[in-house]
Amino acid sequence: MKPRAWVLPGFAILLLIAMIYALGAGRFGVGWIELGQLLAGQAPPGDASRWSNVFFQLRLPRILAAGLVGSSLAVAGASYQAMFANPLVSPNLCGVLAGSSFGAALGMVISTNWLVVQLTTFGFGLAAVGVALGIAAFFRRSSDPMLILVLGGIVASALFSALLAIVKYLADPYDKLPSIVYWLMGSFALSEWPLLGRTVWPMLAALGVLLAMSGRLNVLSLGDEPARALGLPAGRLRLVAIIMATVLSSLTVVIGGEIGWIGLIIPHAARMLTGPDNRLLLPASALLGAAFLIGVDTAARTMFRAEVPVGIITALLGVITFVAVLGRARKGWA
Amino acid sequence: MTPPLSARRLGFRFPGRTILRDVSVDLKPGRVTALLGPNGSGKSTFLRILLGLLQPDTGEVLLRGGDIRAMNRVAVAGHIAFVPQQTTAAFAFTSLDMVLMARESRRPFLSASSSEDRRIALAALDQMGATTLADRTFSLLSGGERQLVILARALAQETPILILDEPATGLDYGNQIRMLEMITRLARDLGKAILQTTHAPEHAIASADEILLLKDGLILKRGAPGDVLTSPNLAVLYDLPVEKFEQHLRNAGSLSVGGNLPGTRELTEPPRSRLSNAC
Repeated sequence: MKPRAWVLPGFAILLLIAMIYALGAGRFGVGWIELGQLLAGQAPPGDASRWSNVFFQLRLPRILAAGLVGSSLAVAGASYQAMFANPLVSPNLCGVLAGSSFGAALGMVISTNWLVVQLTTFGFGLAAVGVALGIAAFFRRSSDPMLILVLGGIVASALFSALLAIVKYLADPYDKLPSIVYWLMGSFALSEWPLLGRTVWPMLAALGVLLAMSGRLNVLSLGDEPARALGLPAGRLRLVAIIMATVLSSLTVVIGGEIGWIGLIIPHAARMLTGPDNRLLLPASALLGAAFLIGVDTAARTMFRAEVPVGIITALLGVITFVAVLGRARKGWA
Repeated sequence: MTPPLSARRLGFRFPGRTILRDVSVDLKPGRVTALLGPNGSGKSTFLRILLGLLQPDTGEVLLRGGDIRAMNRVAVAGHIAFVPQQTTAAFAFTSLDMVLMARESRRPFLSASSSEDRRIALAALDQMGATTLADRTFSLLSGGERQLVILARALAQETPILILDEPATGLDYGNQIRMLEMITRLARDLGKAILQTTHAPEHAIASADEILLLKDGLILKRGAPGDVLTSPNLAVLYDLPVEKFEQHLRNAGSLSVGGNLPGTRELTEPPRSRLSNAC
């Protein structure tokens, strides 16, 4: 498939539409005229402080958080897929999200300092990738490497889910447990400026590094030795890419809890339009992931009277998409 | 003159097993060296050491007189191009994408392929007679077509040295002959120093100036094809009685040479594959 020039502008317009729609949608309904006035910096008639509170303190940070998480998971997923030469891996399937969730829950139990939570989230996310890769390396001679990495990820997920269960079991059932449980379901309801401020810079930096090395990821996707023979320090590049993708995935857990499947379905969907070249695929995944998660989050908070955790919706959509992707897999990965 | 690539007394051991003992070779511009040896004789390990992908336990590899261990991957890839036995791609890159990857390590981060890169990649595909494959998905090509694309990628690396691991394996008979002609041409016309491994003595005869026979990690014989590829040597190399070997060669020699080309009634399809443009 030839890369198409319209994909990036098209996805950018889609993202813009999703953001504007999300700003206007909600229990506190806003008409298009008021929305235009607000975006132009004029306060619409009525209670100005209420308008600005809903817009700038509730919806805008929430939309930006959903967009950032969507971009990050999609770019991390596409990067994992390229560097492991395996179209089936994603932050979920590598075990990163399970490891990060455990790390986050542990951090919340042992400390009230957000920096500690952030560090334990990242640390255990990285530990989970380490477990998955360790298992894959240990059994690589006796098994299909693509399959064994996925199985390694499943083992890592299972391990850290079990550890998470221990933390939940030991957590204070009146205070900490409900917040851990609700937050791990995946939601942007608590996304406020301070939370974004703490996470946005490392995430943007990691996104930038991965986008900058997207051409190198193409070559890495051929495998280690071919990449080295073509002049790349494959081991070092892969290590940098793993750390960056894990920073992205684990910080999404800090922002919105465990939001699954984005890292698998968005790169596959984007790849159908862009082809496999990561120089186009990574920015396309970033835009589409952001637009998609903003859309899903808007649905999550407006569809029913009570808000549905967004992680539940992405999981349901992800399962359907994954089955469709498996159907295509027989014809070769797009 | 310093040979572009020279291996001095290489030794390599896996735990409990010696893979290479005291193996030396000099590759020279415009010449093809062929390495023959039974399965497990250490050929692939030897190639990986020459490429700097594996460190030898003893001895050294000199690239233009300098120790290859002191060079980074970009520098090595600027001198040596490698055509592995098989190349797979997990994603649906086009053949042109695959050839352009030869240029990636020379590009700064976050840059598209330059028009110069594209010109070089297309010229390399053209040289292989594979221009028609440029926009086709690499992973869906036949083995022979892939091998051509990977050879084009090696050309696009613009290196003085070319190392090929069993380049003709898995190709049909016609394409084997075309591949060997192409290797000879790259040495003669472009002056490349070439090392190829092969399992077929007739391939070595057809394309090589120098032959190395590798057995149990040791060089058994080396020299001109006519001197080295004798039935006693090959019988020792492959652990077969000389008579059996000679019987096989007599049978192979009984292929008829001469006769008429088949008429159109016998052969409705012209005997041209996509590869046949290549030569």
